[in-house]
Amino acid sequence: MLLEVNELRKTYATGFEALKGISLKVNKGEILALLGPNGAGKTSLISTICGITNPSSGSVFIDGYDISKNFRDARKLVGLVPQDITLEPFEKVANTINFSRGLFGKKKDDALTEKILTKLALWDKRDSRLMELSGGMKRRVLIAKALIHEPRLLFLDEPTASVDVELRQSMWNVVADLKKDGVTIILTTHYIEEAEAIADRVGIINKGELLLVEEKTSLMQKFGQKILNIELQKRLNQLPKEFSQENVKLSDDGLTLTYIYDTKQKKTGITKLLSNLSNSGINLRDIQTDQSSLEEIFVNLVKEKAE
Amino acid sequence: MNFQAVKAIYFFEMARFFRTLLQSFVSPVISTSLYFVVFGTAIGSRIQEVEGISYGAFIVPGLIMLSVMTQATSNGSFGIYFPKFIGTIYELLSAPISYFEIILGYVGAAATKALFIGLVILATAAIFVDLKILHPVAMILFLVLTCISFSLLGFILGIWARNFEQLQLVPLLVVTPLVFLGGSFYSVSMLPPIWQTISLFNKLVGTFFR
Repeated sequence: MLLEVNELRKTYATGFEALKGISLKVNKGEILALLGPNGAGKTSLISTICGITNPSSGSVFIDGYDISKNFRDARKLVGLVPQDITLEPFEKVANTINFSRGLFGKKKDDALTEKILTKLALWDKRDSRLMELSGGMKRRVLIAKALIHEPRLLFLDEPTASVDVELRQSMWNVVADLKKDGVTIILTTHYIEEAEAIADRVGIINKGELLLVEEKTSLMQKFGQKILNIELQKRLNQLPKEFSQENVKLSDDGLTLTYIYDTKQKKTGITKLLSNLSNSGINLRDIQTDQSSLEEIFVNLVKEKAE
Repeated sequence: MNFQAVKAIYFFEMARFFRTLLQSFVSPVISTSLYFVVFGTAIGSRIQEVEGISYGAFIVPGLIMLSVMTQATSNGSFGIYFPKFIGTIYELLSAPISYFEIILGYVGAAATKALFIGLVILATAAIFVDLKILHPVAMILFLVLTCISFSLLGFILGIWARNFEQLQLVPLLVVTPLVFLGGSFYSVSMLPPIWQTISLFNKLVGTFFR
């Protein structure tokens, strides 16, 4: 295990309770996505683990090192890519990266700088001032700064916020490469598709509480609803009485029936539905099912907990 | 001790100074020359001697200290305030460095810059007046200690300040008036007795290594 968070609480001077006793364990080499709406406590959790804010109570261990008592050993293992683009505008790319490496007690390593900048498509910009770079390039510089001291645990705080689709895809590729190198990654996002695309496990955080942490696939199975779309041979003007249950709906064009069912239930009701269709003499053209996305799961879960 | 981090902060800050070298170098040279024209030539021609030395030579320590104290305070405060302002402070806070090492890096750089400016003013002054340094070691030691003390004051201000206005508040409204009123360009003994007593409450009186 690389990261262990126990009953972590953070209450700000204003009295706002940003973290309400969060406990979390993250294994070496995995990618954990923390999902949550704005103000859920994602950044507070990362800031507290990284040492930017002090916890009110609780403990955090990184590879066995306590972040308070052994802060040097603990922090050496951690890289952080912040949510906001925060860079010295007049500084050059290579200099700002070497500065970050120096802060972690390491001497300049030109070969490593070249390797990381090349990987992030920034090598030809190494002598450019940061103010001359595009938003996407600046975000990549932040990643380079976080990687230059070779961390074993990388925090990406909303790495693809306000970046275009192409860049988002290239970021995901970078993350996949890091995972191959054995780097453990914790990323926060409110793009569910991001978590779905790259994470091994998903944690859902809301109002300072970690509602759950699950394997992505089992989470989708556990909370997943499926939608059965039945295309009809002939148009129906209205839904026959025997189908007037709340889960069955007829499309506006009268050519498709949709049936929403819960995969967790023993009886999904599909057999009954199909036999009713057959008895009513309704002929089918095609049948297909859709798995509900993490986004729908997330919305349902947050709503459920609020109730 | 994370010496590498101290070195990184120090050289990163010094690079900022060298990026604006023209401003860092030319500005004190011009202002010192102006002071000599205004105080040394215009006023100095009417004051023959102060405490046994020519007025031109008398104001040199005051000129150096005026710049060193204000520059050290400004540099010390700006160095730590700027990362706070633009958000790059996250790097310092999440790096394996102690507060002492952070102070060492920033205050060390701010003090070096102030020392450099002090020495530039000294060299410029040597062009205008006949300078004689009686205790060079003591002078350098005093200059270095002044640079460090006022850079530390600046560092505290940089941590305290919430905007650029607050950052300028102390150098402009406290340090500069106290240096002027502390006998930088005149001898406190030239004042009427009541003002001599009041001047003693100004702790910058007597800090001009004369």
